[in-house]
Amino acid sequence: MSAGSPAGTEPPIAPLLQARGLTVRFGKVTALDGLELTAPAGQVLAILGPNGAGKTTFVRAVATLVRPTSGELLVRGRDVVREAAGVRRDVGLAGQFAAVEPTMTGRENLEMTARLFGHGRSAARQAATAVIDQLSLAEVADRRTGTYSGGQRRRLDLGASLVGGPRLLLLDEPTTGLDPVSRREVWEAVRGLAASGTDILLTTHYLDEANELADQVVVIDHGRVIATGTLSELKASIGRDLIDVTVSDVGQAGAAGEILERVTMSPARLEPGSRHVTAGAPGGPAELAAVIGCLEDASIAVDEIGIRRPTLDEVFVALTGDPDTDRAPAAAGQMNNRRAR
Amino acid sequence: MTATQLTVPQPIRRPARTPNVPGASGQVALRALRKYFRTPGLWIMGIVQSAMFLFSFRYVFGGAIHAGPTSYVDFLVPSYVATIVLFTGGGIAVAVAEDKVQGFTDRLLSLPVPRYSLVLGRTLADSATNLWSIVTTAAFGFLFGFRLLGSWQEGLAALGLCAIYAVVFTVVFIVMGLFAPNAQAAQGMSLIAFVFAFISSAYVPATSMPGWLQPFSKYQPITPMVDAVRSLLVGSTSDLGLALAWSALLIAVFTPIAVMRYRK
Repeated sequence: MSAGSPAGTEPPIAPLLQARGLTVRFGKVTALDGLELTAPAGQVLAILGPNGAGKTTFVRAVATLVRPTSGELLVRGRDVVREAAGVRRDVGLAGQFAAVEPTMTGRENLEMTARLFGHGRSAARQAATAVIDQLSLAEVADRRTGTYSGGQRRRLDLGASLVGGPRLLLLDEPTTGLDPVSRREVWEAVRGLAASGTDILLTTHYLDEANELADQVVVIDHGRVIATGTLSELKASIGRDLIDVTVSDVGQAGAAGEILERVTMSPARLEPGSRHVTAGAPGGPAELAAVIGCLEDASIAVDEIGIRRPTLDEVFVALTGDPDTDRAPAAAGQMNNRRAR
Repeated sequence: MTATQLTVPQPIRRPARTPNVPGASGQVALRALRKYFRTPGLWIMGIVQSAMFLFSFRYVFGGAIHAGPTSYVDFLVPSYVATIVLFTGGGIAVAVAEDKVQGFTDRLLSLPVPRYSLVLGRTLADSATNLWSIVTTAAFGFLFGFRLLGSWQEGLAALGLCAIYAVVFTVVFIVMGLFAPNAQAAQGMSLIAFVFAFISSAYVPATSMPGWLQPFSKYQPITPMVDAVRSLLVGSTSDLGLALAWSALLIAVFTPIAVMRYRK
């Protein structure tokens, strides 16, 4: 190997991703519907959206695995159709399934992928060793991956996408199906990679994952971008604080809800059988004071009361609409499960 | 300066070029071979299955089948070896379908590998495993009483022809795996091969079938292919041209389908 000679000339700093009217149809199903997006380089970008929103299709389009039906998608300035080979050199993909060969050891898997990226034998060996160190896989590297835990397998899969020195790492739901410890392992690995300067595009429907990892968030639904920005920008875009009240007696939750609605003039949210009531507070802290006064007048005992910024879950639901009415029953059920966590 | 360098993780270099066709195909093939030989269930079951079927034909059905002037074992073994891949090749379709469902194919397609090296690598590996089952099956044939009537050179020529068929059938099974939505479906689709194997001159003389079935048996590829193997064993090259023509046609039709289907 010649010492570090740059492979080809780098294009002038192009956006990481540029999608213009990106549409992908599978038969009658429209997965991406004129998606517009420009994402600068040098960041971790999270694509957020409910199941079936088009997240995976978008990642597969970036990885050149699906061709756009119409519109245009540029990855680091290269067109995914006309310059697919160049895009593939730039991109490392770790899909929803850990695509590692269970009958091969971790090291064998990494070396194979490195060879398929174009490395020679010794360069492939070096790349595999570097990735093993980087992702703390040394202990298990020479065991067959069939014996790995879920987290180890995902980390190895992540590693396999790294051995070609990609400019952009694509992670499609990197922690779906992992236990909390394994999730943290993968998060640590992703943070390490981001710190070392790799651009990362990840999809997730876990809001805490976006919170942990992403600099920039793109929310998509029905194959379109419905919001972009940093997490705090997104929270701010909902534009209002929330007042939370926890009453002492479940029987008074309804009355507390009515007071909240009367003061804030916005609908209160009250789960049946819960002591917890929430409503938007467009008037800010002044409304909190008014609510406290009214609750006292009505002799409603309160355990906790406060005003806060909306959580990411609330932002998400506000952006994508009410999942119960808007989506197929199965998908709605999953959304509810997630919110319940 | 050196101290900070030590703590910085070694950056992974980007390869200067994309892999060439032999290199990429070799890696794809190596992985498929490792999977096959490191999964005892796959290769041991392959051997057991081929021995079991041969045993049944030879000793169970064989007594009831009249193969003309030759003894049934000498009639059966050459064609059984020639068609063994039709029995064991379902595993190829299953492996290809699994790779697709489990994301392995996506990983390969996201890499800068030449597209046809996926098919080439897969074909190389599976042809090699098929060659292995041809040789082990032939060994069982001798064990169960088959003897060469001609010279050993003629025997080798017949085995070589079987090896060509192994490549042909491999490509066909790869295509089945690529069209199957999952492994179970691939397994089911590969049963189509049984129809061609059974309604041919491979295990019974075609003349013993009812008249309406004989045209299918006569004009489908398997009959001339096994007849050519039998001919070679007695030093004749009749049927060889037709058998090779069928082989070439099947390869020519199914290879482009496989390459295009992999791209999807």
